[in-house]
Amino acid sequence: MSVGTRSPPLQLELRLKRALGGRAGWSGLAAQIVFVIVLAWIAYEIVVNARTNLETQHIAAGFGFLKNTAGFDVSQNLIPYSGSDTYTRVFLVGLLNTILVSVIGIFFATVLGFIVALGRLSPNWLVARVAGAYVEIVRNLPLLFQMLFWYLAVLAVLPAPRQSLSPVSGVFLNNRGVIVPTPVPQPGLDFFALAILIAIIASLILHRYARHELYRKGRSIRIWPFVLGLFVGLPLLTVILFGVPLSFEWPVLKGFNFVGGSRMIPEFVALTLSLTIYTAAFIAEIVRAGIMAVHKGQMEAGLSLGLSRGTVLRLIVVPQALRVILPPLTNQYLNLTKNSSLAVAIGYPDLVSVFAGTTLSQTGQAIEIIAITMGVYLLLSLVTSAIMSFYGWRLSRSTAQ
Amino acid sequence: MKCVSLVVSLAFAAGLSAQPAVAQTLKVIKERGQLSCGVSQGLPGFSTPDDKGNWTGLDVDICRALAAAIFDDTSKIKFVPLSAKDRFTALQSGEIDVLSRNTTWTLSRDTSLGANFTGVTYYDGQGFLVKKSLNVNSALELSNASVCVQTGTTTEQNLADYFKGNKMKYEVIAFTTADETVKAYESGRCDVFTSDVSQLYAERLKLANPSDHVVLPEVVSKEPLGPMVRHGDDQWFDIVKWVLFAMINAEELGVTQKNVDEMAKSDKPDLKRAFGTDGNLGEQLGLTKDWFYRIIKAVGNYGESFDRNVGAGSKLQIARGLNQLWNKGGIQYAPPIR
Repeated sequence: MSVGTRSPPLQLELRLKRALGGRAGWSGLAAQIVFVIVLAWIAYEIVVNARTNLETQHIAAGFGFLKNTAGFDVSQNLIPYSGSDTYTRVFLVGLLNTILVSVIGIFFATVLGFIVALGRLSPNWLVARVAGAYVEIVRNLPLLFQMLFWYLAVLAVLPAPRQSLSPVSGVFLNNRGVIVPTPVPQPGLDFFALAILIAIIASLILHRYARHELYRKGRSIRIWPFVLGLFVGLPLLTVILFGVPLSFEWPVLKGFNFVGGSRMIPEFVALTLSLTIYTAAFIAEIVRAGIMAVHKGQMEAGLSLGLSRGTVLRLIVVPQALRVILPPLTNQYLNLTKNSSLAVAIGYPDLVSVFAGTTLSQTGQAIEIIAITMGVYLLLSLVTSAIMSFYGWRLSRSTAQ
Repeated sequence: MKCVSLVVSLAFAAGLSAQPAVAQTLKVIKERGQLSCGVSQGLPGFSTPDDKGNWTGLDVDICRALAAAIFDDTSKIKFVPLSAKDRFTALQSGEIDVLSRNTTWTLSRDTSLGANFTGVTYYDGQGFLVKKSLNVNSALELSNASVCVQTGTTTEQNLADYFKGNKMKYEVIAFTTADETVKAYESGRCDVFTSDVSQLYAERLKLANPSDHVVLPEVVSKEPLGPMVRHGDDQWFDIVKWVLFAMINAEELGVTQKNVDEMAKSDKPDLKRAFGTDGNLGEQLGLTKDWFYRIIKAVGNYGESFDRNVGAGSKLQIARGLNQLWNKGGIQYAPPIR
């Protein structure tokens, strides 16, 4: 193919026209410019008008409120937070809670989605029908409804703190969440971590060596006994030499609730569960479509080479399917992140709840807060799609090779 | 999300509308033929629709009294149910003329929202509702408790202040609507449900077994509830303010819905001034001479409205307490009509 050899006379003009919609002549260009100017003028008018209206009504405006003390508490904070911190801190706490539930939701939804998709494509009649039923039920019910269902279902099943279930000693399950002992680092931890790091690096080197031997000399080496030895032996050695690396702070029932230990609140569990289950149904269909888009000759070729169905899927079909899967998968990731804002309905302290909710009503700065919140969701979405585009770009490069 | 989208659209409305009806609210209402009144999404005793869709309650009576004073017709009202979060935006954007929705009067709300409080319809305070089976007799025994609260109120701040002040730890779970909050409390997610005492009594009625729950004696905050109007229209501000004062004065003067026709003929000077048979006080407000008569005929005096909606004559059975008249041991006091 050699089209690029012919160079058009006025490259810049052509490119500009193409970028602006490709209407012939300079009149088309002028119309576009006028349109942009009108649009900018309308935007400017809206801002100015809002500002004068706010001023005439003496409504406080601006972002100064972010430095004020929030004065309320939040049930889940990944960074240290108390009521005497500022609204900026509240914003960060809410943002991190949103990011936490999105990342974990995306991870589990992807895993579950792939499993369900493979289930639906399975030659096993029962598995395929169960997976199909899952998809059809879950994706056709409103998410908010499912969220409330899981929240109330989770709460209804679990007992009160005083009658907590304790599946393993030190772990408690009740309607205040899952409470586990908090690990407290001891002096030996550094050596323990170092030992594990060494084990990982050594195993990787071993793996590369084994592969090298296999490819170059056709000699297969079993490395797993060495790897096991590294991962068990080295850390065990540090435990013997420097003592136990971690001690635990045990949860104790005191008054109404458990004191000490770490806790996963039921709102988080219900939200993650509902987002995962809901999004997984859509991901399953996307993955199924992706796999079916790969010509079935690929599978047959693999099978005729004597590879197992799983190996063919893993090494031949899925890598090709990923190129089809990736763009709509990104959409689902974005949806999940945005859907997490429904958290407010079940009391999970996400960004919308603590910032666009409590902070908004305490300060009354609706325009600023809603603008910030919208900006944040936009940013989160753009970052997610950037990461996915990068992954897609790498994938296309590696498959091209 | 519904709430958020409303806030967003209202925020845009604030930006787009050339000048939301700041001045001449009364004129706008008369031209429209209807008063637009912001109320709660359903709080028994204060503003709640019955099975026929008629709104009743103490806060609703303020709207009805306003409609009576303006139109002499209590049905010329459009009730706009608002969540705690959306209420100020609705008022700022001009969607409602008056916000009569159990809203606490605080300095920051009086200054930074572009709106004014016109008076106190109900002196409330924040309290705690717990299950009787917990055997808790005081809020000071609530250390380590999980507390359910409705977001978008001053409640969360008061809660934090109280527990911090008493060096107690707690966990807060915040919901958007009262219904969700109560559901979480009922399912055992929280030990405590905190809100204004009036609301606790109202929500307790919705629980499966109201008598299994008890409101603790501690009242941890001052929550004077009152109607709000936008900045910039002093006439409308005066009208909303004096409609409430008229109801309080009527109780003090002994004018009731029943005896109002009789009292209107009285030749006592303070009654004559109120009823407009002497002077034109009503017209000075921008209303008619018989504004006082219209209000009391339509909704009764403050005490009657209180009893009918939240007091002895209602399911809530809340004692008058602070809301008794100033000369009967309470602090409800209205400037004189003269």
